[in-house]
Amino acid sequence: MLVRFWGTRGSIPVAMSSAEVKRKLVAALVQGAGRGLHTEARAREFVDRELDFAVSHTFGGNTSCVQIDTGGSDYVLCDVGSGVRVFGNSVMAARGPTGHTFHILMSHMHWDHILGFPFFMPAYVPGNHIRLYGCHERLEEAIRRQNAAPSFPVDFSRMGAEIEFVRLEPGREYEIAGLRVRTKLQRHGGDSYGYRIEHDGRAVVYSTDSEHKQDNPDEVQAFVEFFRDADLVIFDSQYSLADAHSVKEDWGHSSNVVGVEMCQLARARRLCLYHHEPIFDDERLAALLAETRRLEEITRAEHRVEILAAYDGLEIAL
Amino acid sequence: MELSSKRLADTLILCPAGRIDHATADAFKAALAPFLATCAEGRDCVVIDLGGVEYISSVGLRVLMLASKQAKAQGGGLGVCALQPVVREIFEISRFNLVLQVFPTLREALAKLSAQALAAHDAA
Repeated sequence: MLVRFWGTRGSIPVAMSSAEVKRKLVAALVQGAGRGLHTEARAREFVDRELDFAVSHTFGGNTSCVQIDTGGSDYVLCDVGSGVRVFGNSVMAARGPTGHTFHILMSHMHWDHILGFPFFMPAYVPGNHIRLYGCHERLEEAIRRQNAAPSFPVDFSRMGAEIEFVRLEPGREYEIAGLRVRTKLQRHGGDSYGYRIEHDGRAVVYSTDSEHKQDNPDEVQAFVEFFRDADLVIFDSQYSLADAHSVKEDWGHSSNVVGVEMCQLARARRLCLYHHEPIFDDERLAALLAETRRLEEITRAEHRVEILAAYDGLEIAL
Repeated sequence: MELSSKRLADTLILCPAGRIDHATADAFKAALAPFLATCAEGRDCVVIDLGGVEYISSVGLRVLMLASKQAKAQGGGLGVCALQPVVREIFEISRFNLVLQVFPTLREALAKLSAQALAAHDAA
């Protein structure tokens, strides 16, 4: 199973500013001074092996979209934030415009999780088949509405692909595109749903837009069981724990601290920080990752959890 | 998790010990409750001395947040002090050092919260 991240930002798409690009260039030039970077090959090697991630890369700015790739012919995605635009273009460039089947598991219908769909080019091409799965009663309405006037120039009815909406029941287990899929209700405005996806002895949990108030031990334990022994937990860590319990209480998001604790309790193998705060630049996100790794280290008992931070383009092989 | 207490003038010094985690946070919350009831304007200040706490989880931090909110609503002063290195790091990573009054030592907490208690502390 390969997990591929096409969009990792929370709330709204963002882009690097000119000032941030300049800051990276200056940092790279200073670090590279006197290192004999006279050829492209040597410069590439320096960038790949020696520069800090926050200088040589960006976490990216597309909103939620994650692909679960098991090598089958059908595509499986979680959410259609702005990252799905890049995914759709990539599929069409690599394998042509038509003849594809997409299975899309929707966490909920807030803008940042659906706004890529009007720009998902395979949806406009006859011969493609799209199945959108979700537990919300109004999923179809939300997807159709954002393509409607006065908000968008091309109506949903002009999408040429065969598009189906499949209602799921919370807590039930399904087989979708050869994967075993279980849903879980999460605390978020208007509700959201997490997905536990299993295939060939591997398990990934997609749990975004989920607030953990920790005022109910049974609720905590239910999430621990949902995460139990997962190979990867993709976890909403948009806020600090202090913010989540104070000024941003009831805003529907969680923290790196709760992610670490839940994965420790569940004995999950990897925690991937996800749904990044849009005001955080690359340096801030890299610092968040380093802090979270440190937290895991100083609070570890006998079980180690590998800590990762999602970025647009990250691939994790399970 | 154990909680001992002592009074210095108008200030209650509360000293939990051990781990404050999913297993003990409810007991910690219950133990704090009677002391928080009097943490109000014109009455007591509360200092929670964490010197004996080796670990605090998010649930334990939530208890401190609720205590701080209650004290603030009642017009009382509440601070925490003497964090062990691991607990201090947990405070910093969770950003609780930005939303609670955190002091390196008990004396510094008293200096901020109560002149009477500081005098009693220095005289002892």
